Amino acid sequence: MFTIILIMATGIGLGWLLRGRKMPFLGRITNALIWVLLFLLGVEVGGDERIVNGIASLGLEAILISVAGVAGSCLLACGLWRWARSGKEVKRK
Amino acid sequence: MKGSLIIVAFFILGVIAGRMEWLTIDKFGFDISFTALAMLMLCVGIGVGSDLGALRNLKTLDRRLLLLPLVTICGTLLGCLILAVIIPWRTIPETLAIGSGFGYYSLSSIFITQYKGPEPGTVALLANIAREIITLLGAPILLKLAGPLAPISSGGATSMDTTLPIISSVSGKEFVILSIYHGFTVDFSVPFLVTFFCSI
Repeated sequence: MFTIILIMATGIGLGWLLRGRKMPFLGRITNALIWVLLFLLGVEVGGDERIVNGIASLGLEAILISVAGVAGSCLLACGLWRWARSGKEVKRK
Repeated sequence: MKGSLIIVAFFILGVIAGRMEWLTIDKFGFDISFTALAMLMLCVGIGVGSDLGALRNLKTLDRRLLLLPLVTICGTLLGCLILAVIIPWRTIPETLAIGSGFGYYSLSSIFITQYKGPEPGTVALLANIAREIITLLGAPILLKLAGPLAPISSGGATSMDTTLPIISSVSGKEFVILSIYHGFTVDFSVPFLVTFFCSI
């Protein structure tokens, strides 16, 4: 956990040193790494008998719980955004 | 949307590869997921550090936005509570414990498996993977429906790593630091909340 934070802090420092330079490859590397991570997540899910067998019977319940959580949190987040914006104009692109 | 479909394609490819036993995570001899995640975080960090404009924009964010982790936690638990009342086959604290993973599927499923057994543990794993996938795929829709904080809130504990690049591109770079702060705080709450709901 803290290793990850430390690595990101290092990246922020590096990026600050490299500021002003164009780094078009950065976005491509980022995307490739996301694909690798999602592929590995798939490998883990596919290789686990317990999860594969459970997907049929437990999958629906899991989706219901995740949708309920996302809906609830987004509803309140929407409220927070409106409240935060009501006081003063927040700069948006 | 094209980017999300590519992501899902890679995930499905991984499932097939794992199912067919073409490869397993242990075969690499080192923690490849962690290595890839570390590299991803370095890239995200460089992107943030090199864009001083994004950091300057951050100071214009309202201090009230620092309440976002609390909003995410309360909103998730509220949604899960309503669902738990409707579904008869699982107890209310168990459903709340599963919801308290906030996308942090590895830790929450291990905790819940230990306290409540493998069945709710599996649901926790699937539900929290689903939360991550919903965020990756649905971020543009969530932005339209509920504003720029919604993708962050939806990402839960993952808003600091795996869903951060999506949030950065959908909500804007000025939300990256808020997203990291949010992910870190929500992440930190997972062991406490899951343990609490498993013990009542």
